[in-house]
Amino acid sequence: MTSTTEQFADLSATTLLRFATAGSVDDGKSTLVGRLLHDSKSVLTDQMEAVEAVSQARGQEAPDLALLTDGLRAEREQGITIDVAYRYFATARRRFILADTPGHVQYTRNMVTGASTADLAVVLVDARNGVIEQTRRHAAVAALLRVPHVVLAVNKMDLVGYEEKVFAAIAEEFTAYASDLGVPEITAIPISALAGDNVVDPSANMDWYGGPTVLEHLETVPVSHDLTACPARFPVQYVIRPQSAEHPDYRGYAGQIASGVLRVGEAVTVLPSGRTSTIVGIDALGESVDIAWAPQSVTLRLADDIDISRGDLIAPSGSAPATTQDVEATVCHVADQPLAVGARVLIKHTTRTVKAIVKEIPSRLTLDDLSQHPNPGQLVANDIGRVVVRTAEPLALDAYAASRRTGSFLLIDPADGTTLAAGMAGESFASKATTTVQADEEGWDF
Amino acid sequence: MTTTVAHVHDETDAPYALSHLDALESEAVHIFREVAGEFEKPVILFSGGKDSIVMLHLALKAFAPAPVPFTLLHVDTGHNFPEVLEYRDRTVEKHGLRLHVASVQDYIDAGKLRERPDGTRNPLQTVPLTEAIQSLKFDAVFGGGRRDEEKARAKERVFSLRDEFSQWDPRRQRPELWQLYNGRHAPGEHVRVFPLSNWTELDVWQYIAREGIELPEIYFAHEREVFLRNGMWLTAGEWGGAKEGEVPETRLIRYRTVGDMSCTGAVDSDAATLDAVIAEIAVSRLTERGATRADDKMSEAAMEDRKREGYF
Repeated sequence: MTSTTEQFADLSATTLLRFATAGSVDDGKSTLVGRLLHDSKSVLTDQMEAVEAVSQARGQEAPDLALLTDGLRAEREQGITIDVAYRYFATARRRFILADTPGHVQYTRNMVTGASTADLAVVLVDARNGVIEQTRRHAAVAALLRVPHVVLAVNKMDLVGYEEKVFAAIAEEFTAYASDLGVPEITAIPISALAGDNVVDPSANMDWYGGPTVLEHLETVPVSHDLTACPARFPVQYVIRPQSAEHPDYRGYAGQIASGVLRVGEAVTVLPSGRTSTIVGIDALGESVDIAWAPQSVTLRLADDIDISRGDLIAPSGSAPATTQDVEATVCHVADQPLAVGARVLIKHTTRTVKAIVKEIPSRLTLDDLSQHPNPGQLVANDIGRVVVRTAEPLALDAYAASRRTGSFLLIDPADGTTLAAGMAGESFASKATTTVQADEEGWDF
Repeated sequence: MTTTVAHVHDETDAPYALSHLDALESEAVHIFREVAGEFEKPVILFSGGKDSIVMLHLALKAFAPAPVPFTLLHVDTGHNFPEVLEYRDRTVEKHGLRLHVASVQDYIDAGKLRERPDGTRNPLQTVPLTEAIQSLKFDAVFGGGRRDEEKARAKERVFSLRDEFSQWDPRRQRPELWQLYNGRHAPGEHVRVFPLSNWTELDVWQYIAREGIELPEIYFAHEREVFLRNGMWLTAGEWGGAKEGEVPETRLIRYRTVGDMSCTGAVDSDAATLDAVIAEIAVSRLTERGATRADDKMSEAAMEDRKREGYF
């Protein structure tokens, strides 16, 4: 810190938590988000005035907090949320980025998008309905995307008389299901978003619950440092060569550390070429450091003048990934046009984009019951399936389970640049909870 | 080319943790470098306002000790604060950058645009901006837009695809997953890129303070003759001034945003230093735009409509 006062020292050194919400249209998700923003004093006067004005015009008694989060005109007309919206709020303890994602089925791709960068996911259920198909789908997406922390928010407790039995049964069922899928940490919290119980302030109506409120949990959950526990990965974005009088020989490899920790003096291997060298300097945006870690953006300098360009990966020589041209992965199809066997695509993995062909689509997955449908032939929007892809050039790919940043990729349509699918290399779930069904007659889950 | 001020990373409580400012800074630098690696001719929209100043500062850091591989573009409404234009030109010179100016006044003089009855020129920026992008063949255009500014922006992508008319179609935007940005576009199309997407107003100010970034003076409290219109304190200038019944008075004010003088209002403030400004914002109960921008008050869907037609 250079120039902020004591008073704001606490504000400036907080950490950042990215989290996502998933819940269906009627679970009260917009109300929960509105309540989080409102009760954490993140809604400002003019925003609240606008909400009150619209609520009054519609003849509603109380301000409709859901209005705080309704963005596009089409949504206001339909009264639904059709895309991922990002919200920002802060407390004295932490800064939050919330990916607010629609919960109904045709927008699986939005939930996948929101979960892809989240350290934590809040899954919302209606206490009156308990765990339904949609809830299982949300748990599956969180598990598939390897979101480190999941919160089950059992909402509308006021409508079930704040009964502990109701909450406990739902929490138990959900925890069993999500644990089976390999979700590493699950926290269940009974709430009423409408009345404000256990969202920001502890509930006087549920003294049987001794755990944290939603906001307390968000403030204290460890921000995932899993990134630094994995082997180091450094995708090269850009080569910096000033060739100026002041810096005639400077050659630095700019990038963001995708995982792990890098140190000066470390022996490294450059992939896919396999050449080796040693890190002689790390420039961390204006200062020279001996050590840097994910997700810092830095510039590396190496001892040897070897041919390195954008798309290469620098990794410690002792734990470099293998390179491959045969990628097996789970994908979520995110485009309106289908993805068929034989499709020629581009695959974008870290900073490298290469041509590829979809060789096989071995199965499609129904998220409700995790049943697999063999050889669907193609995937359509919001489908999740297994694919086998052959790439024109080798990729230094990790399993998604080991590294979300270097195990993920996009499939892109070379004709118009559309993002077709979001891919996760390796196995789908931490545990094998899937069954194979023979026929694929049912259109799915509307 | 000068390199930027070095700072020691913020202290956080855990090993291998990053403060939120360091995390946001690393993310923005990553975005700048992605564009440098994937586009032919990127440009940074630079107005001399605080968000574009922070963008430029991050770009300088991203490529140091080499120069920034982008040019700058300013869409000048002709009603800009003189202090801001002076800052703009000084900054461009200091870093040896190239600046293109697209002028609303030139378009009005040539009869290609008509002055609005209310004298506001912000909505007139769209045509000069889109024509400059077309004629200079920019394929990536950095803007300082933040998702926290306004509801329609909450759904904006970091890489936002625009067709040859610069139009934004919310249904054509690509899903953005992990940190994988897809910048592919057809010839004639371009991508708007928002490196500050995940920053809030407070983050921007805290970062300015931490990095010791210089700003135009109008961001700090000063005595100025202003008059009240539509609940905003406006400064008279070439664009116009007080009408009948609007009484100019001298007040201690500052500007929270910098834009067209005809629709950017000042707020009463005695915050004369960065620390005082941050303190004021941290306890402020009005959003940045709601307090100061007439054009965002137009209608609930105003911003969405303007984005569709190529405005940011």
